[in-house]
Order: sequence, then structure tokens, then C-alpha cells
Amino acid sequence: MTGWISGRTSNSVLKNSQLRFIWKPTVFLICLIPAFHAVGDVYGITGDLGANPVENLQDRFGNWGLRFILIALTITPLRIQSGWNWLARFRRMLGLFAFFYVLMHFLTWLFLDQGLLWSAITEDIIERPFITIGFAALLILTTLTATSTAGMRRRLGRRWQKLHYWVYGAASLGVWHYWWQVKLEASEPLIYAAILAVLLIYRLWRRIFLNPQREK
Amino acid sequence: MLIRKAADIRSSEITSKDHYLDRRKFMQAAALAGGSLLSGAALPATIPDEKRAKLEGIVPSAFSTDEKPNSYTDVTTYNNYYEFGVRKEDPYRNSQDFESQPWTVQVSGNADVNGTFALEDLVKPHTLEERIYRLRCVEAWSMVIPWVGIPLAAIIKQFKPLSSAQYVVFETLHDPNRMPGQRSRSLRWPYVECLTIAEATNPLPILAVGLYGEVLPNQNGAPLRLIVPWKYGFKSVKGIVRIHFSESRPRTSWELAAPHEYGFYANVNPEVSHPRWSQARERRIGSESGGGLQSLFSAAKQPTIKFNGYGEQVAHLYDGLDLRQNF
Repeated sequence: MTGWISGRTSNSVLKNSQLRFIWKPTVFLICLIPAFHAVGDVYGITGDLGANPVENLQDRFGNWGLRFILIALTITPLRIQSGWNWLARFRRMLGLFAFFYVLMHFLTWLFLDQGLLWSAITEDIIERPFITIGFAALLILTTLTATSTAGMRRRLGRRWQKLHYWVYGAASLGVWHYWWQVKLEASEPLIYAAILAVLLIYRLWRRIFLNPQREK
Repeated sequence: MLIRKAADIRSSEITSKDHYLDRRKFMQAAALAGGSLLSGAALPATIPDEKRAKLEGIVPSAFSTDEKPNSYTDVTTYNNYYEFGVRKEDPYRNSQDFESQPWTVQVSGNADVNGTFALEDLVKPHTLEERIYRLRCVEAWSMVIPWVGIPLAAIIKQFKPLSSAQYVVFETLHDPNRMPGQRSRSLRWPYVECLTIAEATNPLPILAVGLYGEVLPNQNGAPLRLIVPWKYGFKSVKGIVRIHFSESRPRTSWELAAPHEYGFYANVNPEVSHPRWSQARERRIGSESGGGLQSLFSAAKQPTIKFNGYGEQVAHLYDGLDLRQNF
């Protein structure tokens, strides 16, 4: 089971100090680019938000949320296939950025789109299935974020991994939420769905045909 | 730009050779022009073949709202016109090379006057009016737009519909070479829309040929589009090439695409929700973009009004009709 977690292996080619003081901050800043870009557009510095600024912000945060979930999910297959075990050290950060952008997507909807009108907000969550599933995805990601610390991981032990498999649930709901929201032309959600399908099949295939114990 | 009296030059004389009217069409054109004597139009409407050319002889309308219109940029860069792509910016991006002249409109079905008419002949007997209307999209956003056009009722009258003409059907050009969005099967082409004859002859709907006093931009449906201000925007079909008077109601494009989401009537109605979103409120488009967070937080949604605020003119059309069933 530990093979699925990984990241604790010793054959890392990167020195810990290098990782901690150079590579992690670099990746962190790169992950923030979409957020900086959004702020720049809000103030008309890097561009603008077009005729419907609220929709523009909401869509781009949602898109980045989905992209980061998929990027985080690609880490393990990439690590296994390439043998670059240091990749695992970035997985939690990428997962947390997925949560960050999904949260921004939600907050944009809550504050800017709905204007904190609670009756409309609860009606939407209850009565519009695509919003219901989006909200469910957010709840899953919130749980995973809250249990992402080393302390929580230790405390939960074997259950931690089981809990964190739910990231696939969140990713599936997220893609579904997007698919349902667009009207007829579903080319972008289809791309996300295809990537997610490949990642899922890869994991299932390994699970069924390979003994996971062998993975180190 | 041509400014001339109705009797001056027949438009057929200035039409390019490959597009001149044959004798039959000439007769039809004469029949159309006959109506102008009665309507007493001051200036015959002409549509210059040049982007952003000024339209002449526009008169104001009592039906116009005094709300502040959206900017020209908002109106021309953010809309749905699936013939040019499914994103809001696609019509603007993909329609710039579209050639909208020469343009003909085929009139068919249960009416005395049938045939194919050059657009210029169709509009010539009429005076252009500016109608500043609210536009409410089914996706819960709205704009205020200063259209220029001709009352649909006046144009329909020219064709002398028979009493059997219960519906007026409109069709958009179907030409995937010129309309790249039609290469995808996002909708079933051509785009078909339809009004009841009572709706079509109400004084509110217009056939628009202009925007902001200028020629209608391609992305907004040049050279000829319908505007029905009390219905969701998708009823206001663009790039019209055919008007058909029908006894029966066809399935319209969006009805075919998603029958449980888009109905035939599509009247703006805050009481009847769309399955994917509430129709109770709407976001008035207005790019305060670049104005910082303050403007984002102040851009609250506003309540949607039944029939988009045009109930006084049109509510009677639906007396006794269950608008929840007939959404």
C-alpha cells in the first residue's frame, strides 16, 4: 500500500536543501501565476475581464481548479514510469493549489455572482444538479485539504490513503460539473474527462495486474 | 452612401450584374414598393455595404427605453451566435471576414406575395427606427441595446399573409464555408426560429439592420436579424435568409437541441426557472473591467421582470396560456 503514497523513498536525485529552498518555492510561484494574472486583469494591468467580469473570473478559477487536480493526479503515474521519485515531493503542493483555485471559483460565485443572497445560494445548491455536484466536489477537496498535513497523515494511518482516494471522486464530479454547465459544445470538458479516464485506467490496471507491494 | 427618394433609381439598376432582378423578381419588388406610398416614408431605408457605415434617416421610437445602453464594445464582443462559434467572443473573432452583401431573403408559404427579394428592396419601402431595447439572454445576463430596424409587422404586411398563416418561421443562412461554427454540430443547421402570427405582428418586434446608428456588425447578425425584446435572446434569430408563413409550428433549433430546457415561447419569466439556472435575477453586462475589486463587488444582479418589462404591450398575447407549461 505504501507504494501508492510514495515520496518517502531515498533514491531521490535532488538534495533536500535544493528541493526545499529552490525547487519548491519556484513551483509554488509558478502555480500562483494564474492568480496573479487574475488580479492583474481585475485592475486592468495584464489585460481585462471582458464584458462579463464575474463570469470571466469564475470560469478561469474553475478551469484552473480542474487543471491542478489533473496535474496532481498525473504525478504518481509519471513518477512510476520515469523513476523520478522526487516528483512525489510536489504532489501535496499541487493538490493544495487545486483546492485553492476551486475555492476561489466557489468564492467568486458566492460573493460576486450571487452577492451573498443566501436564499438564491441554497436554492441553486439544492435544485440545480450541476451546482450540487460541484459543491460536493468542493466538500471532498476541503476534507482532503484539512487532512493533508503530516500530523493528520500520521494520525489517520492506513485510513489516510483510503480517504485520499476520494480525490478521484472530486475530480470526476468536477469534470461532470463542467460538462453539465456548458450547453452543447463540450469539447473542453471532454478533454478533461479523457485525461481523467486515462489516469483512472492506469491506476486500475496497475491495481489489477501488478502486485502493488512491488512498488517502492 | 445613397440618399434618394423612393422613386429615384430602382435599386435593381445599381445592383451588380450577377445579381440583377429577373422579371419576376422585378414585379415582386414593384409590389413591395407599392406599400411605401401608403406608409408615407420620409426616407427609404438603405443599407450601405461598408463596415460601421452610418445609416441615414433614422427616427426615434416611443418604444425605446431610457435606460443607459451598453457600450458598443460590450454589444459587439460578447454574444451568442453559434454559426461563428460557441464562446461569447467567437462571433466577434470569427465573423470579421463574413460578406453580408449581396443578400436575398426568400419569402414562402401561406402569403399572397412569395419570392426571393434583394434585401435592399425589402427595406426600401420603410423608414428606419431606432429601438433601444432591453435584451435578456436565457443564460441570465442582459444588456440594453440601441438597434436600428423596421417594425416586423410592417414588413409582414407587405407579403399579405393568408388567414391560414398561423406562424412566421425564420431561417438563418446555412453556409459552413462562410460560417465556421456550422462545421461543428453544436446545433442542427440551419438555425430555425418561429413566432406566432400574433406575436410577429405585435408592434414591438423589429427586423434590425443596424446598431448604434450604424450598419449591423457581422457578429450581431448582419445584415438582417430579428429582435423580439420580451423573449429570451435565442428567439431573435440572426442572418435571416428565409421567412416562411406556415400553418403549423416547426420545432425550433433550441427546442430540438434540448426540449426540456428551451421551449417554443421562451418568454422572459422570472417565475419559471431554467433547469440549470434560476431566471429570477439577471446580470446586467457592463464592463467596469479594470476597475478593481470595488466595481466587481458592486455589480450586483438585478431582478428579472416578466416579459422583460414589456408586459404592457404583450401580456395579452398569452391570456389563458399556462406559461409554466408553455415555457
